[in-house]
Amino acid sequence: MTGPYGLTVNGHRHEIADGWVGESLLFVLRERLGLPGSKNACEEGECGSCTVRLDDQLVCSCLVLAAAAADRSVTTVEGLSASHEADGLLSDVQQAFVDAGAVQCGFCTPGLLMAVDDLLNHYPDPDDLTVREAISGNLCRCTGYGRILDAVDRAASARREAQT
Amino acid sequence: MGRQHGGVTVTIARTLNAACEALAADPEALVLAGGTDLMVEINRGGRTVDDVVVIDRVPELQGWHREGDMLRLGATLTYAEMADPAFASLVPALAQAARTVGSPQIRAAGTIGGNLATASPAGDTLPVLAALDAEVEIRSHQGHRTVPLDEFVIGVKANALAPGELIAAIRVPVLDGPQEFLKVGPRNAMVISVASMALVVDRVGRTVRVGLGSVAPVPLRAIEAEVMIAARLDWAGGRSPTIHDVERFAELVADATRPIDDHRGSADYRRRSIEVLARRALIRAFGEPTP
Repeated sequence: MTGPYGLTVNGHRHEIADGWVGESLLFVLRERLGLPGSKNACEEGECGSCTVRLDDQLVCSCLVLAAAAADRSVTTVEGLSASHEADGLLSDVQQAFVDAGAVQCGFCTPGLLMAVDDLLNHYPDPDDLTVREAISGNLCRCTGYGRILDAVDRAASARREAQT
Repeated sequence: MGRQHGGVTVTIARTLNAACEALAADPEALVLAGGTDLMVEINRGGRTVDDVVVIDRVPELQGWHREGDMLRLGATLTYAEMADPAFASLVPALAQAARTVGSPQIRAAGTIGGNLATASPAGDTLPVLAALDAEVEIRSHQGHRTVPLDEFVIGVKANALAPGELIAAIRVPVLDGPQEFLKVGPRNAMVISVASMALVVDRVGRTVRVGLGSVAPVPLRAIEAEVMIAARLDWAGGRSPTIHDVERFAELVADATRPIDDHRGSADYRRRSIEVLARRALIRAFGEPTP
């Protein structure tokens, strides 16, 4: 059992009490905070489906000891569209994935959305190698990645247009 | 101090002294940096968690800086930070090794101190640190001591830390000369090495140093190969080594391995891989061989 500690998730402060000390951040997000967007698959950092932003770093939430992340700030896939919540819109990256048909079974999608959002925050106009490297930690077993790469192009264009 | 978690304490240290004090009070506590090794074990249920001292917010353990001809690498320096161009220009082989670790998500969290403390035979920075004759700076409440790499990694996942101690930093030299890190695995990304090798050249000291990974319980050096090639190189003129010298070097490097058969590869495959890597590394460092 763990004592109370605070986590800021998608801008909201949460107190976590009565957890088990070995709990991962992924477990806390899904099972304690009701945020099932981050997916649980390999639990060893291979698949990337649990990817979140911890402060300013993209990490696998399954490999973060939740109690060790006390008082840090987490952004999950649920937080990506937060600024559009009122008007029911998706974020630019989410919309690009829909438009490109880059979602099949959908299990890898939340992690890929986080990885691509982070990529475009750092590289507004990434070349192909940079894109492939940025999503190398996110496994998709359905699409063959073609439409995902197409979605990254669309998202990058949309974001650049929005900023000009 | 840390928060009590039903008999288990998680201490998030904010200074090196605080981390050492927490470990002095509780010498068996787990030291947690990036978590990328430890959490895999916990998630599998292979490890029970007791008290934890979290060191990823200790400023003294972060980043790197130059001290004369040496670099001091903080224990929580991440793989992503080691891949940075400014760092890569000073210790290219370490940057190359860091780039081959896991995914961007893993490289953002995993640390050099964690790689060393875990002391896996497949740890990607270990052959490079062996080739660089790295020194490990260990801290505890009592003080500090410095241990050479070959005395720090003492077996499969075994290190020389005593209870109450932690890795504070790793010191490596800045050398004048080419460096290479090469590794073999089933694919190009996110792979645990089946065999790995670092080649480091010191033009001033006229030495070639070879570190080997995944081919023994601990990182190895290939001393015979190092001595042989250093004696044959044209240090002043810069002429490439001969085909004969390259072949002999590769053979001697392979002879230095002590590989085993396991689920990632056979001993024969590992030995053969190292022979190929040794040849490749030498040619990359000194150019195509002369007849």
